[in-house]
Amino acid sequence: MLQVNGEPLNRTGLNTVRDLLDQKGWKADQVAVELNGTILRREDFSTIRLSDGDKLEVVRFVGGG
Amino acid sequence: MWEADKAMDRETLEQALIARHGAENQKKFAAASVGVAGLGGLGSHIAVLLARLGVGRLVLADFDRVDVTNLHRQHYFLPHLGQYKTEALVQQLRQINPWLDYEVHTCKVSADNACTLFRGCQVVCEAFDKAEEKAMLVSTLLAGLPDTTVVAGSGMGGTGSANAIRTQKAMGRLYLCGDGESDIALGQGLMAPRVAVCASHQATMVMRLLLGKSEP
Repeated sequence: MLQVNGEPLNRTGLNTVRDLLDQKGWKADQVAVELNGTILRREDFSTIRLSDGDKLEVVRFVGGG
Repeated sequence: MWEADKAMDRETLEQALIARHGAENQKKFAAASVGVAGLGGLGSHIAVLLARLGVGRLVLADFDRVDVTNLHRQHYFLPHLGQYKTEALVQQLRQINPWLDYEVHTCKVSADNACTLFRGCQVVCEAFDKAEEKAMLVSTLLAGLPDTTVVAGSGMGGTGSANAIRTQKAMGRLYLCGDGESDIALGQGLMAPRVAVCASHQATMVMRLLLGKSEP
């Protein structure tokens, strides 16, 4: 299991952060992701592997300013 | 040309700030260094509010020039048309408080230069327009500047209630202001009052952080 924004999520089929974003329909270039307290760089989304117990915070941005 | 030191002396202005803000608070504002990335609808208002607080050093970055389509929500006036936003804004800020340290960067903020531009800032306000740019800046600063807190804006478009705009703590060093939903991509426009509410949320969170208050 993963914890995503405080909610439990089944890890089945989710190997990387990118897989999680794709499953949720979140655009990789419009989010900031914290994995177990560490901010990830966007270029690492596809390579960092997810493990059971990982805690993720995903902040999604919308345009306007 | 209007000259600050003929209109006012520094001691009188600083005493006025202390009278309104309290000596302890003013000491913290004066010692602070805060960045504003993007000087449009959010950033221009945030900078004005922080200059009024007397934040000692403001680092202001934007590549753009003032355009007629900016006047409906950004803190610029007709005489500023065509000027760089950095220059047009600092002109105004110097008329609020000429004795603050204004560091301007007229350039595009990118993943390559963001940490260099804002190094030394306790807090940086994200005040860009596009979702992709917001995400880039927030990720870059949080990853590259471990002592800096970021206050970002997300969701202030449209004509929804001002009460839907709020400040939340999204990560350890990230605060998010806005309704989180009203995207300009939805075609509902950007209106000055609502954008200014979001800017005020961001500036209020900066103020609180400078005073050691971490709750949104």
